[in-house]
Amino acid sequence: MRRHSTQRQNHGEPRPQGASRGATRSGIRGYFTLHLSMAIQSLGRLSRSPFATLMTAAVIGIALAMPTGLHVMMDNLQKSGGDWRQSTQISLFLRAGINEDRALKLAQRLEQKADIQSVYYISPEQALAEFQSHSGFGEVLENLQTNPLPAVLVVNPRLHGSEAEALIERLKAYPEVDIAQLDMQWLQRLFAIMEIVERGVLLLALLLGIAVLLIVGNTIRLAIENRRDEIIITKLIGATNAFIRRPFLYSGIWYGLLGGLIALLLVNSAIYLLQDPVAHLTGLYGGGFQLQLLSSDISLMLLGSGVLLGLSGSWLAVGRHLRHIEPR
Amino acid sequence: MIRFDNICKRYPGTQDVLSQVSFHLDKGEMAFLTGHSGAGKSTLLKLIALIERPSRGQLLINGQNLTKVSRRRIPYVRRQMGIIFQDHRLLMDRTVFDNVALPLIISGFSRGDIERRVRASLDMVGLLNKEKQFPITLSGGEQQRVGIARAIVHKPSLLLADEPTGNLDPALSWEIMGLFEQFNQVGVSVLIASHDLDMIARLPYRVLKLKQGQLVGDGYPRRREPT
Ligand SMILES: Nc1ncnc2c1ncn2[C@@H]1O[C@H](COP(=O)(O)OP(=O)(O)O)[C@@H](O)[C@H]1O
Ligand SMILES: [Mg+2]
Repeated sequence: MRRHSTQRQNHGEPRPQGASRGATRSGIRGYFTLHLSMAIQSLGRLSRSPFATLMTAAVIGIALAMPTGLHVMMDNLQKSGGDWRQSTQISLFLRAGINEDRALKLAQRLEQKADIQSVYYISPEQALAEFQSHSGFGEVLENLQTNPLPAVLVVNPRLHGSEAEALIERLKAYPEVDIAQLDMQWLQRLFAIMEIVERGVLLLALLLGIAVLLIVGNTIRLAIENRRDEIIITKLIGATNAFIRRPFLYSGIWYGLLGGLIALLLVNSAIYLLQDPVAHLTGLYGGGFQLQLLSSDISLMLLGSGVLLGLSGSWLAVGRHLRHIEPR
Repeated sequence: MIRFDNICKRYPGTQDVLSQVSFHLDKGEMAFLTGHSGAGKSTLLKLIALIERPSRGQLLINGQNLTKVSRRRIPYVRRQMGIIFQDHRLLMDRTVFDNVALPLIISGFSRGDIERRVRASLDMVGLLNKEKQFPITLSGGEQQRVGIARAIVHKPSLLLADEPTGNLDPALSWEIMGLFEQFNQVGVSVLIASHDLDMIARLPYRVLKLKQGQLVGDGYPRRREPT
């Protein structure tokens, strides 16, 4: 009612500059009601062509799912790194002067232990030969007068969790043993590789994010083109650019949200399908780790980035194309 | 209400489509704008609606200088007027009700206000029983009346109409003209572009005559001077 009279007062007289923007709105509540109804309207519009909407959302979903899926894989691998330690070998570098006989006897004794699966012996000569062929220092080493390498016992433990440290302590205590070392080279290599892959995933995410922007942008551009007449008519009636922009921005948000939901569904289904085979595989290596479904943090982030990308994509399209549609 | 002061308008690559046009339309006045096709009637109305900008001259509406209105302010100026087009320009995928409600939605009216005003407006043009229909199911005259309902629903102080009866038979034309007279009687200024000389001659309103972009006549039909 109050608004009614304001409106009438405004008639027939120049409005003060900048003062009339939203002057007829009934405060914050009216503003939110307006936005909510616009959001629902734009969802309704999308649902009127469900197939086209789903297609676009699916493309966005797949684009979001790929980096997310890879990230989850890497994350799981890294977490499981700790578990895989137990399948690692322990190298016992024997003191100088321990002969082959004593070394083999020690190996036999160790193999009796409950927490050790197997032990094998590498003589200094074998170690040198191996080192020569792998290290690239072959010729330098050939000129050595004496073999500087110690004999080594390689221990394959039968371990669970953090028992490795305790076992190493016990192995160190043997008088024959000079140094006991957990052999984690392959693990370190794996981590190095994973770091590279992680960067790749980041790059992929960036590229696919741009792709989502372009997809949404193009979809919104077509929507704008389809509603050209409507835009012109609404402008003639006195709609502001903000008013005309709004439904398109909401479409972008909806596309992004739908895409995010589809991505969530895709990644979680993939994890679900992979859970058993992965558990089986890690079981073979003595580990017992499970692929985890997406955490709520990651899920929210996925939906959030979907919405953000959808909004930005539509913003780009709207900024570029709406301005050129003016009544003639 | 409307003041044209030596207005010239040329489109890119044309001569003056309007040259040195000056006139003043009072608040609450109703007038016709006539002239042959191509005389510049539509162009003149477009200048008022800020669809086009004058090349030279001053144009004032409600005391505000339109030549100084920024792009951002254009919508708010347009909301002070109601514009009626020959081709109706209705949104074909929305009901009659939604079409008429558009100016109110744009201005952020509440749902209750919108329903009340749209009904009142549709009642005035005699289409209250068709609010749920789509424009495509209506006759040409009815569509034009929806366009009129939309143009007056926000109670503008100025009504512009570009050939509102151009496609209608005489009976319907008179009906529409009756509506304009009705609005004018409650104080709305009305400017109608039309080349229906026969009808204009029978009405007691001011006539502005354009010829090749020049204002060559400004007066009342001879047969019936207003008292
Ligand atoms: N957008 C435009 N670009 C160039 N010339 C135009 C444009 N619009 C109208 N004209 C020209 O301006 C003149 C007046 O047109 P208009 O105002 O539409 O006249 P009327 O409405 O009286 O028939 C015509 O010669 C027309 O060709
Ligand atoms: Mg014309």
